[in-house]
Amino acid sequence: MRRVSIATTVSSGNFLPATDLESKLAILADAAKYDASCASSGSKRESRGGLGSTEGMGICHSYTPDGRCVSLLKVLLTNVCIYDCQYCVNRVSSDTPRARMSVEEVVRLTMDFYRRNYIEGLFLSSGIIRSSNYTMDQLVQVAKTLRDRENFRGYIHLKTIPGADEELIEEAGLYADRLSVNIELPTLGDLQQLAPEKKRDEIEDTMGQIKVRRDEVDADKKNGLRPPRFAPAGQSTQMIVGATPTTDRDILATSSTLYQTHRLRRVYYSAFSPIPHADSRLPGQAPPLVREHRLYQADWLIRFYGFDAGELTSDEQANLSLELDPKHAWALAHREQFPIDINLAAREMLLRVPGIGERGVKRILRTRKHHAIRDEDLSRLGIVYRRARPFIITADRHPGPLMIDRADLIEKTRPKQRQLMLFDAADSASNGQV
Amino acid sequence: MSTSNYHAPVHSFRSWRDAARRYLQAGVAPENIRWVDRRSGANQSQQDLFASGEPDFPPQTPPLDTINVPSSFLEIAPTVACHRSAECWSLLYRLLWRLTHSEKHLLMIASDPDVVRLTRFEKAIRRDSHKMKAFVRFRRSVDDLGEHYIAWHRPDHFILRHTAPFFRRRFDVMRWTIMTPDESCHFDGDKLIFGAGMPRSEAPNEDELEPLWKTYYANIFNPARIKLDAMRAEMPKKHWPTLPETEMIGSMLREAPRRVDQMIQTTNTISSAQSFVPEHASIEGLRLAASKCQGCSLCQSATQTVFGHGPATASVVVIGEQPGDQEDVTGKPFVGPAGQLLREELMSVGIDPESVYMTNAVKHFKFTRSSKRRLHKKPSAREVAACRPWLEAELKRIKPAQILCLGATAASAIHGPNFRLTQQRGAFISTRFADQTFATYHPSAILRAEQTSAQNETASQIRDLFHRDLKAFASHIKAPPA
Repeated sequence: MRRVSIATTVSSGNFLPATDLESKLAILADAAKYDASCASSGSKRESRGGLGSTEGMGICHSYTPDGRCVSLLKVLLTNVCIYDCQYCVNRVSSDTPRARMSVEEVVRLTMDFYRRNYIEGLFLSSGIIRSSNYTMDQLVQVAKTLRDRENFRGYIHLKTIPGADEELIEEAGLYADRLSVNIELPTLGDLQQLAPEKKRDEIEDTMGQIKVRRDEVDADKKNGLRPPRFAPAGQSTQMIVGATPTTDRDILATSSTLYQTHRLRRVYYSAFSPIPHADSRLPGQAPPLVREHRLYQADWLIRFYGFDAGELTSDEQANLSLELDPKHAWALAHREQFPIDINLAAREMLLRVPGIGERGVKRILRTRKHHAIRDEDLSRLGIVYRRARPFIITADRHPGPLMIDRADLIEKTRPKQRQLMLFDAADSASNGQV
Repeated sequence: MSTSNYHAPVHSFRSWRDAARRYLQAGVAPENIRWVDRRSGANQSQQDLFASGEPDFPPQTPPLDTINVPSSFLEIAPTVACHRSAECWSLLYRLLWRLTHSEKHLLMIASDPDVVRLTRFEKAIRRDSHKMKAFVRFRRSVDDLGEHYIAWHRPDHFILRHTAPFFRRRFDVMRWTIMTPDESCHFDGDKLIFGAGMPRSEAPNEDELEPLWKTYYANIFNPARIKLDAMRAEMPKKHWPTLPETEMIGSMLREAPRRVDQMIQTTNTISSAQSFVPEHASIEGLRLAASKCQGCSLCQSATQTVFGHGPATASVVVIGEQPGDQEDVTGKPFVGPAGQLLREELMSVGIDPESVYMTNAVKHFKFTRSSKRRLHKKPSAREVAACRPWLEAELKRIKPAQILCLGATAASAIHGPNFRLTQQRGAFISTRFADQTFATYHPSAILRAEQTSAQNETASQIRDLFHRDLKAFASHIKAPPA
């Protein structure tokens, strides 16, 4: 379930439920447009006798002018909701136009779009109607019909409804590639404040159930059994950032815990957009969208670069720098660990050099076995020379002991279009450009 | 080693491989071969040319031996051979030569200029192939054999053969054709058939589903976060002509500011009683303010606001659903038939109806008109939420020790949407509004059940349960201090 959306192609003030498919699709896609997750990766399915395949890597079939990709048909089954979460446009007290699609309509749209190669599959969420179980059952019905009746082998991501019965979650996992349970807000306090009807325990219980079920399937496989697949692309979650004063330090700590406790595949961060005069508990201003971007970068460093959540921020600097990417900021704050010799340093340390990515590290390790890496090799290896230079020693250059302690090291290593970047950071608060 | 130049026309990876093996065995160095690219299947006369054009070889070519090259080269070479640049043939041969002439680890040296070039070529093919997988748009047509999905796509490189197996894996229950200017591929449900290149005019120029797809595209876009450069980087403009949705981009951008404005307006008019509730008013002040409430549309047809009634110091608050016809006319809650039933029952369990504060979850009468009468209509969840600030304000002023919720609407207004009257009826629950909150049926449920003769039994059952609940509720009321 998602947050503050708004405009639709249907004139506002029209409270009658839309009847034809096109206007329903307009409302229900609009209601889903703030959901940050769009990935369709991490699962493999062969087409054999059915329509579609899932090949591990997702494909973005289109891009919209907001720079985000269209990979899945991302819609809500309905945007009617009995809850009143203050940050969500679909809350019961909002007067957004409402619509509801039938199970059959969603199935037909998915199949028809897929046949034309518009999409990789379906990402289905819903407002909560009648009860958690009823709503979850409707979502499961869509996935079940796609798999069983239509023989659909494309990607299916279902948003689970917190509080739905275990049997329904279990059934959902049999049909879906990915399940997600939205944590909604980064801390327990935030949740109590803004979404008193949602319960963290309930959310985490569902995540725990999914994790346990996935562990069981993995264990069975190890023992040579062939258990039915259960959410093979794992589970993800989403949290809204900036609706409360919670710091990046707390947010990253929460993510880290979620990754460890529930074996999540992804945590998505979504910058809050304010609703004027909606509720005195909500902030009046949106956080700069660049903050969302920095959180994604930090999250990435934690998952793939061996950084610990606590390292990227400190009690004094509890928020990530908006100006520099988190690795760059970390390196500037830990100059005593540099410069490092690119021909000798361990993989873990190479990964911590600004301007060197995971691929670059792989290339360095491969190449240096055969000959010493010189300065001229750096850009051929895909390294951002300007940014990495003060932090590394090559076979033919030492940056000099003073370089790393220079007061203007930030200026020296900052991305080239620095004036632009600064301008953009302020600008991005209003237009989202990162 | 020969010093003469060899002329080597090639039209596919296979023909390059055959020629390359022979040159390598004969010891012909890379600089002595002039590779001539003869691909481009678009031009029939050129095809005739390469059909006859065979590479020259040294007069005494030794018999073919096995050549040992790393498997990583064999994996990457066919991919690189899809590159449109004619240079790919000489690059591949140069690498082959170096790999077999004392540089067998060459591919591991990521900084070697030839390896950098190879990697760059391979990356270009991977990207182009990925774009084909993403941007092919099938259009449905129907012929004698049934449905046929046809796409026209213009890749940068000669990647159709390289990428077609993907489409076969994905769409193996469909009959489909992908046309490109260089080559075309048809899948008949059984095997891939490659043919000559096709002009765009050969493909259908519309599909019945495109309007729906465009609707989806236009609405999944967030007008408040425009990042055109990010879009262009991932969806190069050269592909736009074959992507139906890109037609929308211009109008989506033009409309974006208006949609953002509308976004703010819509959120501004979100209806709730909140802005009508005076912060520090007494119950009387609240009543006065509520008489002018326009927090939702119910105020338009109802006669008046029916606010709560009873002593402001009451220790018990009774909450119903919403006023009925008679309440709407008199302006007082619980004066109609259901109210009378409630009052009788309260007295029978020893509660003086005048000592309790009675109110409703929704303060305006909602109805539909039949010929003469106004028929009660259940308030929507949205209306209950819109009116909730009044209920909260009342409870905040009165601070009751006990709350009696009548019916599901009142109970969920206090307990939240997950409350189930059937399961949680008759239990004392502590809420932030009162230490003891209790829910039972709404008396109108008894009246409704009585009206249906067949359900007489049920009506008396409900009435019994209702009575028992009230008795349990009354027994918990502390005697006022003497």
